[in-house]
Amino acid sequence: MLNDRDRIFTNIYGQNDWRLAGARARGDWDGTTAIMARGRDAIIAEMKASNLRGRGGAGFPTGLKWSFMPKVSDGRPSYLVINGDESEPGTCKDREILRHEPHKLIESALIASFAMGAHTAYIYVRGEYFHETRHLQFAIDEAYEAGLIGRNAGGSGWDFDLFVHRGAGAYICGEETAMLESMEGKKGLPRMKPPFPAAMGLYGCPTTVNNVESIAVASTILRRGGAWFSSFGRPNNCGTKLFSISGHVNRPCLVEEELSVPMREIIDRHAGGVRGGWDNLLAVVPGGCSVPLIPASTCDTVLMDFDSLRAEKSGLGTAGMIVMDKSTDVIRAIARFSRFYKHESCGQCTPCREGTGWMMRVMYRMVEGRAELEEIDMLEQVTRQVEGHTICALGDAAAWPIQGLIRHFRPVMEERINAYKRTHGEGTRLAPTPANLPVPMAAE
Amino acid sequence: MSGQFSAENIGHGTPGHAPRPATDQQPSHFAFDETSEAEIATILARYPEGRQSSGVIPLLYVVHNQMKRDTGSAWLPRVAMDTVAKRLSMPPIRVYEVATFYLMFNTKPVGRHHLQVCTTTPCWLRGSDDIVAACKAEAGLRAFEETSADGLFTMTEVECLGACANAPILQVNEDYYEDLDFERTRSLIAALRRGETPERGPTIDRYNSAPVGGRTTLLEEVGTRHADGQPGTLPDVV
Repeated sequence: MLNDRDRIFTNIYGQNDWRLAGARARGDWDGTTAIMARGRDAIIAEMKASNLRGRGGAGFPTGLKWSFMPKVSDGRPSYLVINGDESEPGTCKDREILRHEPHKLIESALIASFAMGAHTAYIYVRGEYFHETRHLQFAIDEAYEAGLIGRNAGGSGWDFDLFVHRGAGAYICGEETAMLESMEGKKGLPRMKPPFPAAMGLYGCPTTVNNVESIAVASTILRRGGAWFSSFGRPNNCGTKLFSISGHVNRPCLVEEELSVPMREIIDRHAGGVRGGWDNLLAVVPGGCSVPLIPASTCDTVLMDFDSLRAEKSGLGTAGMIVMDKSTDVIRAIARFSRFYKHESCGQCTPCREGTGWMMRVMYRMVEGRAELEEIDMLEQVTRQVEGHTICALGDAAAWPIQGLIRHFRPVMEERINAYKRTHGEGTRLAPTPANLPVPMAAE
Repeated sequence: MSGQFSAENIGHGTPGHAPRPATDQQPSHFAFDETSEAEIATILARYPEGRQSSGVIPLLYVVHNQMKRDTGSAWLPRVAMDTVAKRLSMPPIRVYEVATFYLMFNTKPVGRHHLQVCTTTPCWLRGSDDIVAACKAEAGLRAFEETSADGLFTMTEVECLGACANAPILQVNEDYYEDLDFERTRSLIAALRRGETPERGPTIDRYNSAPVGGRTTLLEEVGTRHADGQPGTLPDVV
């Protein structure tokens, strides 16, 4: 278990003052200009040495991402955009950084922007986080007033402006290019890549988009060294990470732990164990709703990191764990995810726009069992046709939870269908011919 | 502009959001008041020269806030969207697109207390069905998108609110009420009806997102203890 002295977010529960005075007492804003004086190349090298991988879900190496930004400006300004659109079901970590550790984020934003040659950074916060945004704005105002950011930030010679931009309720805006579109005042429709944001992002200028947590850990990494950070976890899965645990546990919570900690240890030690005991566990969605669930048998041994979860055909995602005990109707739980994706699809790509609705309708028939056995395979095939055929990863994310369900709970789905047939009469053919397709739900 | 395109009939950017029916509640006139003008000046200073259309979402919030001040209902009348379009030199259709794409914008009036119930899986696992039932029972509503006869409550089903460790969540206007159950939701709504504003956050004995019963980490006191900011001491944000 991680020692308290090695935790980065020491005020994550808001148990102490989140304002400037409290943040300074915890070590934030200590020697910031000295860190910047090392120069942008040294900062990026240190970030690479830390082996930090992006905390927003995709796990792209953060230092490498920073290095893509142009070293010499062609006349266009560079931007850093910090992604605080946290909307992935099961995920509630950035919220705590925004409201309880805002100065860690602001200080790191300054250093990161300097390392990328950006004089302006925006933090895009989901619109529902109204009070979190008030904390953040208050902290930004404090930092301006103390001369820590703004013109000649902290005496570093670097001019830096930081602004908050609120979203307004659209999951898709967490996708980096949709976020840029949204910031430009448009609907959040993801852009084709290339060009990548580092070449052409916000307002057509070089832009890096990083998750709130990826940025917020930077100041501590640079203060304590990349080697310190990468000493936690396993190779390729380094550092500490915020885990949120929700669902059927005795004490749901958020906690910072090192990567590669066993899933069972997190649940037992921090979340008070599974409701009704470990043997009552059915499945866990380990990293937000976009990753496939894993069954209880695997949860005994799996480690919470990128590689271990990928080996189980799931993923670390945002490390937002959703725990389900044996009382759960697992088909309904996944069907609700399908409805989520149906609701949040931006409608730009046909496979996603049509596919998410189709998958949702079939999934809700599966909940009832009002389906044919062979439709399970058809559903699986359709998820394969959506996956990888869209501009952004929302199509993939809609497909994966269903694939996980079929992979691990096919017998449950079959039993549901057989039970329906027993109740409603054998030989009832319910093949989806246009004539007996269910009428679209009013909710659509 | 011609009457052919309006916020009510341009369709919907967010699937799952039915086009709103035309209402006869559309005011004929809208102008930003002094408070709003001050907010707009702050907002537009954030974006580079010539990029003022970045201000469309914040300006729609400004409209929401002003409508709330003036009428008790945070929503976007069509004339107000046209005013935003004019201010930002955007075609009105671009503003309507944004207003209908993003779930948080209301293109028709809502009740004074906008009950936004999260029913996504993490909240559902912790009993969001009970929260919906309690809202219906106590606020006198039969379905989502309905406003109570007294104009006090509108209930909307929302997707994940990003506070899953404190599920189930009910968002009332801007405030999250967390760790709810049927009874506590009923008493919350009853309190709102009496004109009270119960303290937001967890509704059980629990400190923010720390586990019930106390933290398992960060057991040493670091820094100085400090009470959380009281409402009103922080800036309002748009």
